[in-house]
Amino acid sequence: MDLWSLLAQPFIDYGFMRRALAGALALAFAAGPLGVFLVLRRLSLMGDAMAHAILPGVAVGFLTAGLSMTAMTLGGMVTGVAVAVLAGLVSRMTPLREDASFAAFYLVSLGLGVLLVSLKGTNMDLIHVLFGTVLGLGDAALILVTVVSSVTLLALAALLRVLAMECLDPGFLRAEGRAGAWAHIGFLLLLVMNLVAGFQVLGTLMVVGIMMLPATAARFWVRPVGSQMVLAAVLGALASYAGLLVSYHADVPASPAIILGAGAIHFISVAFGPHGGILLAVREARARRARLLQSMKERSQ
Amino acid sequence: MMQERWSFLAGPARNRARATVARRRAVERFQQVFLRLAAGAVCAVALGVAAAPQVARAEGAAGDGRLPVVASFSILGDIVRQVGGDDVRLDVLVGPMRDAHTFEPTPKDARALGQARVLVVNGLGFESWMPRLVEAAGFKGRTIEASRGVQPRRLDDGEDGPEDHAHEDHAHEEAGGGAHADAGHGHDHDHGGVDPHAWQDLANGVIYARNIARGLADADPAHASAYQARAEAYVRKLRQADAEWRRKLDAIPAGRRVLATSHDAFGYFGAAYGIEVLSVVGLSSEAEPSARAMADLVARIRAHHVRALFLEQGGNARALRQVAAETGVKPGGALYADTLDLPGHEASTYLGMFRWNTEQLLQAFEAP
Repeated sequence: MDLWSLLAQPFIDYGFMRRALAGALALAFAAGPLGVFLVLRRLSLMGDAMAHAILPGVAVGFLTAGLSMTAMTLGGMVTGVAVAVLAGLVSRMTPLREDASFAAFYLVSLGLGVLLVSLKGTNMDLIHVLFGTVLGLGDAALILVTVVSSVTLLALAALLRVLAMECLDPGFLRAEGRAGAWAHIGFLLLLVMNLVAGFQVLGTLMVVGIMMLPATAARFWVRPVGSQMVLAAVLGALASYAGLLVSYHADVPASPAIILGAGAIHFISVAFGPHGGILLAVREARARRARLLQSMKERSQ
Repeated sequence: MMQERWSFLAGPARNRARATVARRRAVERFQQVFLRLAAGAVCAVALGVAAAPQVARAEGAAGDGRLPVVASFSILGDIVRQVGGDDVRLDVLVGPMRDAHTFEPTPKDARALGQARVLVVNGLGFESWMPRLVEAAGFKGRTIEASRGVQPRRLDDGEDGPEDHAHEDHAHEEAGGGAHADAGHGHDHDHGGVDPHAWQDLANGVIYARNIARGLADADPAHASAYQARAEAYVRKLRQADAEWRRKLDAIPAGRRVLATSHDAFGYFGAAYGIEVLSVVGLSSEAEPSARAMADLVARIRAHHVRALFLEQGGNARALRQVAAETGVKPGGALYADTLDLPGHEASTYLGMFRWNTEQLLQAFEAP
C-alpha cells in the first residue's frame, strides 16, 4: 500500500467519503474562527451549553414537520437565539453570572427537548438526527453547511473589528454607543447558526469539539487574532481529513475520530507550542536557573 | 469566608460587624430549608408506598369481567387481540411505531401491568427491560412466553447458507406445528446472541398464537373454548398467508432474492423464505458507523448483486441512503421489523405487516 492509496484513494473510490470531507471542511472553516472568539471572551463552555439549547427547537420542528431539515433548522435557530438572549438578559438584570445563567437555561432546554422527543411515538429516526452522521450527508445537509459556512466567514470579515474590540476593551465600546451590543447579538446568531448546521454533520455533542479544539490549539502557535483564526480553520480542516482517514483505515466511527484528531492537535500544541507551550516553559525555567547559578558562582568567587 | 458563602441566604448582611450574627442566621435558615426538603421527600415516598398497592387493588377489583392482559409490544398485542377477542382487556406497553429496544417504562405502564392478570412477552431476550418492570409493578399474574417452542436462531447465523435453513423449515412446516413446537421445547435460557425476531417467520406466528391461546385458557378457563377456536381460525389465516407468500417468493430466481437491510431483524424471515439477508453489521445499531464499515458494505452490495436495500423503520437511514446512492441500488420502502404501524395503515396488524414487507420485497426482486 503506497502513500497515495493510503491518503487519497478512499476519497477517490467512495462518494460518501468525498461528501463527508466536504461537509467537515466547510464546518471547520467557519467553526474554528468562531471558536477563537469564544476562547478570547472566556466563553469556551458556552458553545457546549448552546449546543444543548437548540434541542427543544429541533424537537418541535421534528414533531410538526417530520424529518424536514428546514423545520428542524429553523426550530433550532429560534430556541438557540432565545436561550442566548434570555440568558444574557438574566445575567444583566440579576446578580447571576452569565455562565450560571447559561447553565440554567441549557439544562432546562435539555429537559424540555428530551421530553418533547419522547412525547411523540415516532422517535426512532430522531436519535440519528440528533447524533448526526458525517458519512450520511445528503445534498440538503451539504448545501446547508456550506451556505452557513460562507455566511459566517463573510459576517466575521465584516464584524472583525467590532468583535475584537468588544473582547479586548468592552468599556470603550460601551462608551461609544450601541455597537457592542449589536455585535454581541450578531456573534450569538453566527454561533447558533453554526451549531445547528454542525449537528447535521457531527451531532450536537461533537460539533462543539470542532469549534473549540482547533481554536485552543491555535493560540499556542500565533499571537495576532487574525492569524489565530486562520490557523484554527486550517487545524480544524486537518483534523477532519485525518479523522476520516482513521475512520476508514482503523474501522472506527467517523465523528469521534475527527474530534479525537482535533484533540491530538490540541495536546501537541499545549506541549510544543511556542506561545506558552509546556516544553518552552520548562526550557525557559531551566535557562533561568542556569543563569542564577552562574551569577551566584561568579559572586562567590 | 463563611459570610460570603452564605450571603445569598442571609440577605444584605454585608457589614463586617454583623458577620457572626449573619453567619448564624444563615446556617439556621439553611438547616430549616434542608429539614423542610427532607421532610417533604419522606412524605412523598411514604405516600407513594402507601398509595400504589391501594390503587392497584381498587381498580383490579372493579373489572368488567374481561381478563386484563398486558402485551409487551405491538406485534404481540395484535396476536393477543386476534386470539383474545372481546374476552380480554388489552394493554400494549411498547405501542405502534415505538422502538422496543429503547423503551422506557412510564408509571402508567407499571400501573397497567400491576393490574393485569396475564403478561404476554416474546422472550428470547427481546424485552430486556421486563424483569425490572415486573418487579416495580408488583406483577403477580401469569406470564406467557409467546416464543416458547420456537427453534431459536443465533444472530451470527445470518450470512452462511440460508438455503439449508430454508429446507429445514420446510420440513418443519410439513411435520406440522405440534412437532415444531416440541423440537425446541427445552432450549436453554442463555439468550446471549439469540435472535429474538422469531415472529418474522409465519410458521413461528402459528406457535405464538397457540402459546397465547393456551396461556389465556389457563388464566381464564371459563372462556377456554373461545380462545382455542379463535386461535385455530387465526392459525388457518397465518398458514394461508404463509403458503401464498412462499409460492410468490419461490417463483423468483434464487440469485435475485438478496436483501440488505439496516437491522439484523430478518434472519428468521430469510431462513424461512429462502432469501439471502445481508446483515449490515456496524450500521445496524444506533451507534455511528465507521467509514470502513460503509466501504465494506458498498463492496459487498456490489459483490452479491444485491437488488434490494431496505431502510427498516428507524435504523441508520441517512448513512444507508448514501450507500444506496453509491451503489446505484434503489432504496426500497420501509420494512417493519419489530413494530406495527399506527392504526389505519396497512401494516397495523401482524398479517398486514407481513403482507407489506413481502410485497415490498417482491417489488424490489422483480424490478429489472
